[in-house]
Amino acid sequence: RVVVSRSFADFTPQATFDIKKCDLHQLEEGPPLKAELTRDQGLQYYRTMQTVRRMELKADQLYKQKIIRGFCHLYDGQEACAAGIEASINPTDHLITAYRAHGYTYTRGVSIKEILAELTGRKGGVAKGKGGSMHMYAPHFYGGNGIVGAQVPLGAGIALACQYQGNNQLCVTLYGDGAANQGQLFESFNMAALWKLPCIFICENNKYGMGTSVERASASIDYYKRGDFIPGIRVDGMDVLCVREATKFAADHCRSGKGPIVMELQTYRYHGHSMSDPGVSYRTREEIQEVRTKSDPISMLKERMLSNNMASVEEFKEIDVDIRKQVEEPPLEDLCNHIFYNNPPLEVRGTNPWSKLKSVS
Amino acid sequence: MAAAARFFSRRANFKLSLSAVGTGAHSSFGAALLKPSPNCNSRTKTQRRHAAHFTFQPDPVPTQYGEWFIFGEDVAFGGVFRCTVGLRDKYGKDRVFNTPLCEQGIVGFGIGAAVAGATAIAEIQFADYIYPAFDQIVNEAAKYRYRSGNLFDCGSLTIRAPWGCVGHGSLYHSQSPEAFFAHCPGIKVVIPRSPVQAKGLLLSCIADKNPCIFFEPKILYRAAVEQVPEEPYTIPLSQAEILQEGSDVTLVTWGTQIHVMKEVAAMAQEKLGVSCEVIDLQTILPWDTETICKSVVKTGRLLISHEAPITGGFAAEISSTVQEECFLNLEAPISRVCGYDTPFPHIFEPFYIPDKWKCFEAIKKMINY
Repeated sequence: RVVVSRSFADFTPQATFDIKKCDLHQLEEGPPLKAELTRDQGLQYYRTMQTVRRMELKADQLYKQKIIRGFCHLYDGQEACAAGIEASINPTDHLITAYRAHGYTYTRGVSIKEILAELTGRKGGVAKGKGGSMHMYAPHFYGGNGIVGAQVPLGAGIALACQYQGNNQLCVTLYGDGAANQGQLFESFNMAALWKLPCIFICENNKYGMGTSVERASASIDYYKRGDFIPGIRVDGMDVLCVREATKFAADHCRSGKGPIVMELQTYRYHGHSMSDPGVSYRTREEIQEVRTKSDPISMLKERMLSNNMASVEEFKEIDVDIRKQVEEPPLEDLCNHIFYNNPPLEVRGTNPWSKLKSVS
Repeated sequence: MAAAARFFSRRANFKLSLSAVGTGAHSSFGAALLKPSPNCNSRTKTQRRHAAHFTFQPDPVPTQYGEWFIFGEDVAFGGVFRCTVGLRDKYGKDRVFNTPLCEQGIVGFGIGAAVAGATAIAEIQFADYIYPAFDQIVNEAAKYRYRSGNLFDCGSLTIRAPWGCVGHGSLYHSQSPEAFFAHCPGIKVVIPRSPVQAKGLLLSCIADKNPCIFFEPKILYRAAVEQVPEEPYTIPLSQAEILQEGSDVTLVTWGTQIHVMKEVAAMAQEKLGVSCEVIDLQTILPWDTETICKSVVKTGRLLISHEAPITGGFAAEISSTVQEECFLNLEAPISRVCGYDTPFPHIFEPFYIPDKWKCFEAIKKMINY
């Protein structure tokens, strides 16, 4: 244990917090109502969430400077989901999600540098710059999928592989409230339940499918009940501890061979659907502000820890500064090439050299 | 006069008008502004304002099409490309409404509505998302009339989808799936090249008694500006249009690529002294074999170009038919300049698309064969 000169010993090493009760569907009991948090865990979750937040805001900036092209779907506001889920599954478990994937790419182990490189289309990027924002992959992380809902049957398939190989792993399959109306989801639910696949279906309900609110798109907004014959839990997705406990519960459920389970994480995104969407034509700025002040996941965690004397304000500030440094300065020169591709793809023929993006300094 | 004509016109009631502000006086009827070749997305051009793409504005004159309605994802507020702006206010929420996120459901629903007699105009948000509906289109819509011995049909169904590369679309916002549907007898596939054609062809599709898929080149929503007549008019389907007469090479394409081809024709004339005949196919299925073959008989050389991958792309079909019909007239092998056989790339897009240089190269080869 490192003993720092500052009053390390003054901090509470661990505390228990009350978390919101989860609504249950086809379940007798649900996740616990109390969550334990150690200081280290707290700081780690904080760091993860703050990194994702910073990274997304940086991506926003870069997109506006046209350094990132294509599409960019930002995850800020929903960090607790990624952090909470990662905290409760093993690195050997599998995860697949839709296009709002930067957060998960980070929690699944890809470095900030590689993520930003992929976003800017550099060769040093996670998918060698060929995928862009929506297509980032890592060991046990299957992306990053552009077509809405298409990743859910894939997730069920991965779960089948886990079951087949008997390695006690599971697959976390994420989708959104918009995708919840796709037919292929119900096909996946059926197969997963029939064959008792170790699959956690998680619906990240951020209240809007692009520009359509959930009430206007879905006959039933109880997404955790959509699995019908599959048990479901509805979780407060802005509270990282709630997410963690619920996912742990779900993971145990799957690993014990009881089959799939559906989780609905009620969360919110601050940005619009993508960078082309201002995000205010279908909701009010007041609404966004309200969520930011009342239920921002990072603030909530910070306040919890501060009020229980688990960390100091300075520590948080230090973490912030450190993250800012890491995100702002993977110096873009450092991200491999200035020139875009000197390693051409297989079938390139002689055309005009493409010099669209200037060398970034 | 024009107003009276419109009022009494019983032909078509959908008015596609350009609500473009500042259309220059030099944009004449039928003349499309050359879109810069997709290579240079120059943002330095003075911006056409957001309304510089066709806006679908049906007329209040009672329609001959029966009860029509427009539906799709996000069409109510105007759609992601603002194609349906203002319609809901004008015609009410019973006729312009949003669907949930379910392409298969959208098209299936459209087929059902059309079978029952309504004029259904379904919008698929991007052509890349049309695949969940592929089964419905191919197995239901295309075969309805055939399998019921003409008792039922879903001819009043039109499916619209933004199509083609846009500069930053990457894998799932840039696809050109016309070849998949060309393989399916029973539907019509139509692709316009400019606002004037778009209005005429769309109205024809809606009037046509067969289910039609209307692909709208999305890059042209903002880039192409034309003076479009306010009265309804139709452009006949299955008729290719010869944009420029020539005697040495026939260039066939459709959609966005037309504008590239026009540049190529100009380049060929200037640098090689080669006179090119540029033909817009317009309707992919059923396609106008006669015009193309007649042209090839005249010139002896054919270049077909499209953004979709080359293997199994529609150029292959045209190629095959032309060599059957005009074998002895060919001076050089038919050339196809198309996308590579890869998924539509993100960062490699400028290398991938069949730009004017590749086409020019192909013409040179054919001339020197």
